[in-house]
Amino acid sequence: MLTLRCPVCGIDADETELSPGGEAHLTRFGPDASDDDFHDYLFTRENPRGVHFERWRHSYGCGKWFHAARCTVTLEVFGTYSAQTTEPPAGIRAVIAEKRPGWSWRGLS
Amino acid sequence: MSDATDIHGGGGARVSGLADLRATGPQGMIVLRGDLADPGLRTAVGAVYAAAWPGAHGVSFAPPRGLCWMSPDEMLLLGPKDAVADDLAQLTAALGDQHALAVDVSDARCAFALSGPAAREVLAKLTPADLSPQAFGPGRIRRSRLAQVPAAFWMAEDGTTIHIVVFRSVAQYAWDLLVGATDPKAPVGLRQG
Ligand SMILES: [Zn+2]
Repeated sequence: MLTLRCPVCGIDADETELSPGGEAHLTRFGPDASDDDFHDYLFTRENPRGVHFERWRHSYGCGKWFHAARCTVTLEVFGTYSAQTTEPPAGIRAVIAEKRPGWSWRGLS
Repeated sequence: MSDATDIHGGGGARVSGLADLRATGPQGMIVLRGDLADPGLRTAVGAVYAAAWPGAHGVSFAPPRGLCWMSPDEMLLLGPKDAVADDLAQLTAALGDQHALAVDVSDARCAFALSGPAAREVLAKLTPADLSPQAFGPGRIRRSRLAQVPAAFWMAEDGTTIHIVVFRSVAQYAWDLLVGATDPKAPVGLRQG
């Protein structure tokens, strides 16, 4: 069972108080995109074995969306952060880099 | 067992077991949406509600009215049911053209109270929220779920009465859950002292 701290209201929320929102930091391809880009936006996900960034909503609490960084193998939570960002913030990346040496994601580490 | 009328209407339904469960009856509730960090919003609320401004995850009362912190942009304002229309009109006037929304939700919610030394562990059967005295002391409010439905609950200043608010559409379900959880044959035994 996951426990994630909602960065909006500060509650340590149980997984069952949250709604999963899938992979975070997707780039949206809209009506003018190529078929391939739109297909990938809809269906292609990273599904990593290890560090993963996800969207969650504190649906039984403050109701707000946020992001979480966790390990899909161990369920270790590296941290949670604002949904108002297009990439994991430096603080979260530093935690991951320390715990998973050599890790990188889209050129960031 | 109480019937639905006792729960939804005038209240008064009561069950005693591990803890004392009551339907507390009509309760005026106004939901206020806006930036709670905004001093202007605070001033407008203060014009109608005498209670001290609660901090995050806190409740504050100046009977018969009170303030419940629901999220960084939501406050639940409690008061007498028959005064809600006046309270709302005053609040709306005080808010003026500020970016905020205040709505009477009294008829959309039901209020219960659970009291007694075992109230914490009775409620803890139904929610994943941390109800330890450290995390849920007097004056603290938590929004979470009771089994499958959303609920908000706060600990009164006496430290043994938990007030619970649920949506009216699921009030019977929540009541039945609570009745089951107070069954004298189902103690938890974690309570200290
Ligand atoms: Zn939250």
